[in-house]
Amino acid sequence: MAGTAIYCGRCGLGLDVSEHGACVEALALEPPRFCPRCRRRMTVQVRPTGWTARCVEHGDLEVTE
Amino acid sequence: MSETTTAASTTYPILAIARTQVLGEGAGLTQAQIVEVLELPDEAVPELLQLAHETRLRWCGPEVEVEGIVSIKTGGCPEDCHFCSQSGQFTSPVRSVWLDIPALVEAALETAKTGATEFCIVAAVRGPDARLMSQMREGVAAIKAAVDINVAASLGMLSQAQVDDLTEMGVHRYNHNLETARSYFPDVVTTHTWEERWSTLTMVRDAGMEVCCGGIVGMGETLAQRAEFAAQLSELEPDEVPLNFLNPRPGTPFGDQPVMPAAEALRTIAAFRLALPRTILRYAGGREITLGDLGTRDGLLGGVNAVIVGNYLTTLGRPPAADLALLEELSMPVKVLNATL
Repeated sequence: MAGTAIYCGRCGLGLDVSEHGACVEALALEPPRFCPRCRRRMTVQVRPTGWTARCVEHGDLEVTE
Repeated sequence: MSETTTAASTTYPILAIARTQVLGEGAGLTQAQIVEVLELPDEAVPELLQLAHETRLRWCGPEVEVEGIVSIKTGGCPEDCHFCSQSGQFTSPVRSVWLDIPALVEAALETAKTGATEFCIVAAVRGPDARLMSQMREGVAAIKAAVDINVAASLGMLSQAQVDDLTEMGVHRYNHNLETARSYFPDVVTTHTWEERWSTLTMVRDAGMEVCCGGIVGMGETLAQRAEFAAQLSELEPDEVPLNFLNPRPGTPFGDQPVMPAAEALRTIAAFRLALPRTILRYAGGREITLGDLGTRDGLLGGVNAVIVGNYLTTLGRPPAADLALLEELSMPVKVLNATL
């Protein structure tokens, strides 16, 4: 997934409309649930050592430790 | 032992009683005694943890059992467990997704690479349907063909036929948490009963699978109910007790509950160890936000003898390497495959 993040991956609200410090902190221990480009809820699969999040419109985000 | 901890055992008779009864004789604390432990002040916690650690070493040994878990079916659950982001009844952002067999095997391989001996396959369901049982049959066989690791399962409530099927597949341990005290359960779940869960556990035990049964603390239960829960687990005599600390999830009824203070979490760990001196007591979800790095160490030196490494079902854990390095630093050997604690 490429492009500029417009929405918070945790709460789905716009990055420019509220403070997301707590969300950023929380995202250290949970994967994003909302697409940062369109705020659609993503399907997320957590694995023992990584996770994948998929937006039907914008594709995959993947992190492997 | 320091002067401080010696003074604590003089001031708090329950510590001296536990030393004789649990450490010396291997007899777990009674419900009333567990309440006394849970009510100990912070100043008594260091000696309490030391006692729990000695108890774990004497009755379980020095090894630590390492496990990895993965969700084969996430979200969309019809049940209303108030702590769970996977319930379809709440406005949680977790969407439903299935893991295919190649990805399941890959997750087992990832887990085995950490040195874990246990790999638990979990599904967010009331109980398994034919599709899930079919996936399990195929998945367990594929894992066993590719990875040298014990396979456990957590699929909700089972029928006797499903218990028999899982046993035949070679699932060696079944997880089904009672979650909380019987008296508090109706405040946590309304779509099924504590007794239904107990029934599944009984069938699992009778079929010869190892029983893994624990729950979540910090869901608003009283200390008396927490002690009741530990005593009920003691009555069940599970092979393993996974101890979770509530991680309040957005959109769930418990989403606004406070995170349990670290000292209270450590007291709870020690109390559960003293209630269950011979059980595998596993760190499960929520320890990162409740205890942090220092608290994780304290718990391992306070009765815990098993860990879930890596990520959980919908949230993330510490990197496996961090936990394994901590175990090495504490000179705690990782249990090897086919050994028993």
